[in-house]
Amino acid sequence: MARNMSPKKTEMPAQPADVRSRNFEEVALGYTHEMALAEAARCLQCKHKPCVSGCPVGIDIPGFIGKIAEDDMESAYRILIQDNALPAVCGRVCPQESQCEGVCVRGIKGESVGIGRLERYAADWFATHACDLPPKPVPNGLRVAVVGAGPSGLAAAGELARMGYEVTIYEALHVAGGVLVYGIPEFRLPRAIVLNEVKALEELGVKVETNVVIGRTLTVDELFDMGHEAVYIGSGAGLPNFMNIPGESLKGVYSANEYLTRINLMNAFLKDATTPVMAGKRVAVVGGGNVAMDAARCARRMGAQEVYIVYRRGMQELPARHEEVEHAVEEGIIFKTLTNPVRILGDDKGWVTGIECVEMDLGEPDASGRRRPVVKEGSEFTLAMDTVIIAIGTSPNPLLRNTTPGLDTNKWGCFITNGPDGLTSREGVYAGGDAVTGSATVILAMGAGKQAARAIDQYIQEKHANE
Amino acid sequence: MYLITSKERLTNNVVRMDVSAPLVAKKAQAGQFIILRAKEDSKRIPLTVAGQDPNKGTVTVIYQIVGAGTMELDTLNQGDSLHDFVGPLGRPSKLDGLKKVCVVGGGVGCAIAYPVAKKLHELGATVHSVVGFRTKDLVILEDEFRAISQAIRVMTDDGTWGEKGLVTQALKELLDAGNAYDEVIAIGPMPMMKFVSLLTKEYGVKTTVSMNAIMVDGTGMCGGCRLTVGGKTVFACVDGPDFDGHEVNFDEAISRSRMYADFEAHAYEDACRLYGREVG
Ligand SMILES: Cc1cc2nc3c(=O)[nH]c(=O)nc-3n(C[C@H](O)[C@H](O)[C@H](O)COP(=O)(O)OP(=O)(O)OC[C@H]3O[C@@H](n4cnc5c(N)ncnc54)[C@H](O)[C@@H]3O)c2cc1C
Ligand SMILES: Cc1cc2nc3c(=O)[nH]c(=O)nc-3n(C[C@H](O)[C@H](O)[C@H](O)COP(=O)(O)OP(=O)(O)OC[C@H]3O[C@@H](n4cnc5c(N)ncnc54)[C@H](O)[C@@H]3O)c2cc1C
Ligand code: SF4
Ligand code: SF4
Ligand code: FES
Repeated sequence: MARNMSPKKTEMPAQPADVRSRNFEEVALGYTHEMALAEAARCLQCKHKPCVSGCPVGIDIPGFIGKIAEDDMESAYRILIQDNALPAVCGRVCPQESQCEGVCVRGIKGESVGIGRLERYAADWFATHACDLPPKPVPNGLRVAVVGAGPSGLAAAGELARMGYEVTIYEALHVAGGVLVYGIPEFRLPRAIVLNEVKALEELGVKVETNVVIGRTLTVDELFDMGHEAVYIGSGAGLPNFMNIPGESLKGVYSANEYLTRINLMNAFLKDATTPVMAGKRVAVVGGGNVAMDAARCARRMGAQEVYIVYRRGMQELPARHEEVEHAVEEGIIFKTLTNPVRILGDDKGWVTGIECVEMDLGEPDASGRRRPVVKEGSEFTLAMDTVIIAIGTSPNPLLRNTTPGLDTNKWGCFITNGPDGLTSREGVYAGGDAVTGSATVILAMGAGKQAARAIDQYIQEKHANE
Repeated sequence: MYLITSKERLTNNVVRMDVSAPLVAKKAQAGQFIILRAKEDSKRIPLTVAGQDPNKGTVTVIYQIVGAGTMELDTLNQGDSLHDFVGPLGRPSKLDGLKKVCVVGGGVGCAIAYPVAKKLHELGATVHSVVGFRTKDLVILEDEFRAISQAIRVMTDDGTWGEKGLVTQALKELLDAGNAYDEVIAIGPMPMMKFVSLLTKEYGVKTTVSMNAIMVDGTGMCGGCRLTVGGKTVFACVDGPDFDGHEVNFDEAISRSRMYADFEAHAYEDACRLYGREVG
């Protein structure tokens, strides 16, 4: 096919903003076959493949895009899953602009190749075109336990199962998927896609035991007693941080985790939902990451008239994916940047009535290299609100470190590991994903799971060779 | 799926269920709780472990039908299965070393208090019990409490059973009679626990309460169950549910527990229509 030299990415169709801000269906609709071919033809097939170095798991990007350009979608998919267990997810949620697409040669003069969009296309194509399932691995009779069914645990389990291990994932919640099902909303990542991936793992022989809290129902030590050779911990960073400002206990104040969990996991967005969530009219979301964007856009869809993002740095510094910020702006979310809340105000019945904020200036760069926000003296002002959602980050849950002797964590509560292998301070116990790094990204969590799986395999093989 | 191996109605509105959940049965201790979902799309309902049989692999819960969720749960019977059942959650009650304790239970809170009282009795402590109910028809577990208590006071608001009056009255009389308790353990509606704590503060008796904040996950992930205890924010599901009653900010906790009152009232009426119950 002739190369497509258009400086612009092929647009991906999306639901119009005024329609989608009233429903929970997927916003971005994905490429058509023609669009995928046209976009694939924009890739220059660079010999030195800079894009690959931008992908945390090193997907052969020109390889899979080349197959799409040849209209060989199945091969494109097979290339993707060599390095990425969940391409349908990553194509949708990776921060491509700061990873693969950020270093794409086409981005120097014009827009980068739509790598994420193509990845999504190939994965969705595969899911809707029955292809032969990969052959069932030959079991090696050895058992490994995985704690947590988020992307990291799922990736580790898939990798180990393909090597022949008998893998059981223990998940605290009633469904598998981690943040992919309780945090990221349906309109950005349909639940069916995640459940499909989990089903594929089950077909590989992975057992998923929901409703098991490791540290409570079973301990890590008991997992070993039960005959598991090794344990992989992918328990995420699910403990919400609060701001510790006055008024956080008022009715109408949520952590983003609670707000999103009620809506996504417990289906509070459905008309006959059994779990309630407040349908605020004036909602402030504090924070500027993906979590904040998701909460704000959910609030919009739950019928809020005005939704504010309150963020202490500027628009340029928002850590969320560009596409999410763009979509949020289109949906009428109001950005109050360079603003920090100092107090949440309430009435005598204990309901939120507003937030008091201060304006911020950006000062000298801090350790993270971002300019540090400093308070503008005397700039206090209040915004009337009935709901405040705190989305300023999460930390790892202390349950596992409190119930597992000998498992070292750092001062943020993250498990300490020996680097890419994910080996913790305990023999046979590996960890990765948000539980080690703090809140990061889906692809990093999966990459860690996959690398640890290889280390686990090596550890078990060596242990048995020495017996 | 978790099989309901037996179900017994204790009063018109209070039901005991044994559920097959071997892993939970092996681990659960007094003071801990489970979260269940009756059906695939049901809400998550936290209930205290009221007993367990590790050999049979069953866990006992006692629930009061108060709203749509518990009403739906009550449509399941012996032989049916619960969709989800996870636990044991929360920290076990700290009972070691207690020699003389007064256990105060209010309403269905008696179901939560009973395993604690029983455990204390088994540990050799002197147990005094004060159990209170609105009216005679709501009295539960009286014989069970009697069997393990050196002294027991049964109170009803309207005097239709036991003595007429509130649990705080009986507790005050026991304290005035010179009973030196190592600890008072109060479990029941939040206002009851608040007034028990106010009373024991005057007497300088350490008091533990069990906080049934509104929960979703029960694992420390959502923060919805947060309380202020001793001026600090804590999560009832992982830091509790037991807390020092003299440190808990009850007014805030009571206010927060009413967050969904309107939704609950509507859901309750809908459920009454759906399950053919009287709206009461
Ligand atoms: C709202 C939101 C939006 C996001 N958007 C993006 C995005 O657009 N792009 C992106 O790349 N990243 C995004 N992220 C971040 C990304 O989702 C996480 O980095 C990723 O999910 C981490 O994966 P994980 O497997 O380490 O942990 P998790 O996904 O958190 O999964 C951990 C799992 O372990 C379970 N668990 C925890 N403790 C136990 C225990 N003791 N026993 C048993 N099970 C346990 C949990 O219930 C959970 O299911 C977002 C995060 C949130 C919250
Ligand atoms: C740790 C803990 C232990 C408990 N143990 C018992 C027990 O042993 N027996 C018993 O009968 N009840 C117990 N409860 C209370 C029980 O969970 C609620 O009565 C039940 O969830 C109500 O659901 P519903 O839909 O029937 O009522 P709703 O109409 O939804 O609510 C009625 C009242 O129950 C409370 N409630 C509602 N949803 C929740 C929730 N998700 N979590 C906590 N409280 C809620 C609210 O304060 C509300 O006013 C316990 C609660 C907690 C947190
Ligand atoms: S996994 Fe993410 S970073 Fe890697 S190629 Fe795909 S979209 Fe880009
Ligand atoms: S850098 Fe861009 S153009 Fe070059 S191979 Fe990668 S995707 Fe294609
Ligand atoms: S119930 Fe979610 S943190 Fe306690």
